[in-house]
Amino acid sequence: MKRSENREGIKGMANPGRYGIERFAYWLMRITGLGLLAYLIGHVYETSNIVNGKSAWENMLSLTQTTEGHVFLTLVIGMCVFHTANGIRVMLGHGGYGIGKPARPDYPYTPASQSNIHKLCIYASIGVAALAMMYGLSVLFGE
Amino acid sequence: MRESTIMKIHYATALAAVVLVAVHVLLRITMMSFTDSLQYEHVLANYKYIPYAAMLEVILILLSVHGFNGLRVILLELKQGKSYEKAVSYGCVAAMIGLVAYGSRTILLASMGVT
Repeated sequence: MKRSENREGIKGMANPGRYGIERFAYWLMRITGLGLLAYLIGHVYETSNIVNGKSAWENMLSLTQTTEGHVFLTLVIGMCVFHTANGIRVMLGHGGYGIGKPARPDYPYTPASQSNIHKLCIYASIGVAALAMMYGLSVLFGE
Repeated sequence: MRESTIMKIHYATALAAVVLVAVHVLLRITMMSFTDSLQYEHVLANYKYIPYAAMLEVILILLSVHGFNGLRVILLELKQGKSYEKAVSYGCVAAMIGLVAYGSRTILLASMGVT
């Protein structure tokens, strides 16, 4: 097999099923990060309409304050909360917290770095993001 | 700049942004209803309140630095090479400066009441 054939590129990066929940968290962290960056750019553009006067602002609100706009905002809330919670987990992991102590690799070669604490934190991040989305839905649609 | 320093900046901007964005969101939903908080007069009053406008400026800078550095990291994970890495790094810095400049223009004009 040629080296170029073995290179998966974006497809390899986006495959969440190969290495368990850690790989899924890695993939989700990047997708939510890109989504939030796109939202930030859109939000900066959206709010810039305030300097064009009241009618321009209300025209922009009529585009964004819709059912679709609220569903999109709910997704942004979920992405933001997951990205934050998982980001704190990653920071702690980089700092050496919750990844076990280095030791001689013995059979059955269980990697100390893939601890249950981190796996639990990933599931908790997804759970907290889901709860935040539900709260967001109640605020956005409950008025 | 060393990558370890860049990652420290990445983490510091993330932590600071979490706190300030939480304040920004809480002010939207606790002072009045979300719909009312988006009324033209209220939004303009927010910009004219200098401490709040200053906080928005800080959030804009923190999120731009964090966001475009994150994009740079993702792009560098996908492909490597001297010219590619340089193009990605300079491109992300340029985009970051562009977004901060555009957002700052809005904050400055709105806080001065130029609408």
